[in-house]
Amino acid sequence: MTLSLTSKDTAMLNGEFGPATQMAMKILVRMAEVSGANELIDIVGAHIDSTVYIGDAGLEFAEKLASLGAKVSVPTTLNVSGLDEHHWQEWSVTNQWAKQAHRQMIAYQSMGTIPTWTCAPYQTEYKPKFGDQIAWGESNAIAFANSVMGARTERYPDLFDVCCAITGRAPAIGLHLTENRAGKILLQLKNIPLALQQSDDFYPVLGHFMGKISLERIPVIQGLEYSPHEDQLKALGAAGASSGSVAMFHIIGVTPEAKTFEEAFQNKQPQEIIEVDMNILRESRKALTRTDNENLDLVVLGSPHFSLAEFKHLAPLVQRKRKHERVKFLVTSSRAMTQLAKQAGFLDDLQNFGAQLTVDTCILTSPMLPKEIKYLMTNSAKFAYYSPGLLGKQITFGSLKDCVESAIAGKVIRDESLWR
Amino acid sequence: MKKTTIQGKSFIQGTANGVALATNEPLSFWGGYDWKTGEIIDRRHALSGMVAKDKILAIPFTRGSSTTTAVLLETIRAKTAPKAIITTATDFFFALASVVADELYKMPIPLIAVNENDFAQIKTGNHVQIDEQGKIIISE
Repeated sequence: MTLSLTSKDTAMLNGEFGPATQMAMKILVRMAEVSGANELIDIVGAHIDSTVYIGDAGLEFAEKLASLGAKVSVPTTLNVSGLDEHHWQEWSVTNQWAKQAHRQMIAYQSMGTIPTWTCAPYQTEYKPKFGDQIAWGESNAIAFANSVMGARTERYPDLFDVCCAITGRAPAIGLHLTENRAGKILLQLKNIPLALQQSDDFYPVLGHFMGKISLERIPVIQGLEYSPHEDQLKALGAAGASSGSVAMFHIIGVTPEAKTFEEAFQNKQPQEIIEVDMNILRESRKALTRTDNENLDLVVLGSPHFSLAEFKHLAPLVQRKRKHERVKFLVTSSRAMTQLAKQAGFLDDLQNFGAQLTVDTCILTSPMLPKEIKYLMTNSAKFAYYSPGLLGKQITFGSLKDCVESAIAGKVIRDESLWR
Repeated sequence: MKKTTIQGKSFIQGTANGVALATNEPLSFWGGYDWKTGEIIDRRHALSGMVAKDKILAIPFTRGSSTTTAVLLETIRAKTAPKAIITTATDFFFALASVVADELYKMPIPLIAVNENDFAQIKTGNHVQIDEQGKIIISE
């Protein structure tokens, strides 16, 4: 299969749209060839994950594009950066890191992007519509956009998202194409109590298992007797995109391309059927915890970034209470959501409780946690999954309520009643 | 010394010669590969604690985070990257890091896809030689 380009694609490749567009198109075309695409398609939006500061190579890439005059050609949101631009001094971030991460923020902001600085762009006003062709980075956002919104993006890596944003083009591959959006494996829920299905910690646990078992195949969940809300779906996708490569999932009767079993599988049969029972879920929940005792230094919430609805759930749980003085309590969110939560009056309760807020980034992408903090607790499967490797910290997974009660007690407490 | 030759598809061409580090478990480089040292740091992964720097890394595909590409690019710049990576299918994430490393530093790393049966023949510690056409000679 050979790649055919339009005359405009060729003009971009030849430098007629400037050197930055030429560089982006050169990378795009080479990757389209590697992936066997036969054409490029127009996109209507992009989300850039390359904003996460990793090291100098990523920074040099961003600054090279910026110095060549790169401008995005479609509305483009920005993922988290390596720095809470205005509050990093409150944490253990070094000056050197802050300087480099900030340079990377400036480079991407200079390209005419929307500085959302969030890993949950689907909860901003710039979210895509059903059927939109988009180029998104950030694994959890990709899973949400495809599965819950019915927008169409391939699982794009960092560095590529920006090339698509600049050129307004993407290779016609993978999840851009209807035939590749069919379910491949069936996960049948068996005897899962309704009370557990409604609980917030069910979704990260199910998602963790879903990622492990599906790998790169699209999973279809059957047997849910409850219609999960947006943040539960967000937790499900983020978990599956951490433990596996889930870029899309279906839930029969819930997600927009799975109104029926037949639609979810596009009238084909599943390649594999897996029964998901309480034993499997208990194992999956256990795997999200990696610690050897009940110690607790930090409760951390907000991966993906905390939404307004999540602030609303949290506020009454902490109202008129105070966390243990030895334990820190951190919520990571976006500037926009934090502002909305403030206006709604949810932040006063949090402040009185002793909670801290970080925006623009999170504990995984900014080296903000001091060495003394060794034991974490979270309600996020993504934090639970990555913290041991990225941060070398021990971590316990629990529900939102478990997290609050542990912070008050000063040690890990978990309500096991739903998991028996 | 037993020699086995397998034919792969070079999706980023190049030659390499070195000792294999092999696993049948996919890996996310973000949270899984320390670019400063080349160590595999995903504590849930079978290769946890091994160093992939200058090895021929055989890994079926990437998993999880979309930051894997950025991490591989850092390893190439920091010279802590594997000499080449062998996968079971064309891996977009690895390929992009190699293409950008070529664009920025003229330092692409070879990437070869082989079928699953051939992939299973590559064991940690084997000596592996890769040519431009994707031919792989494995010496035990």
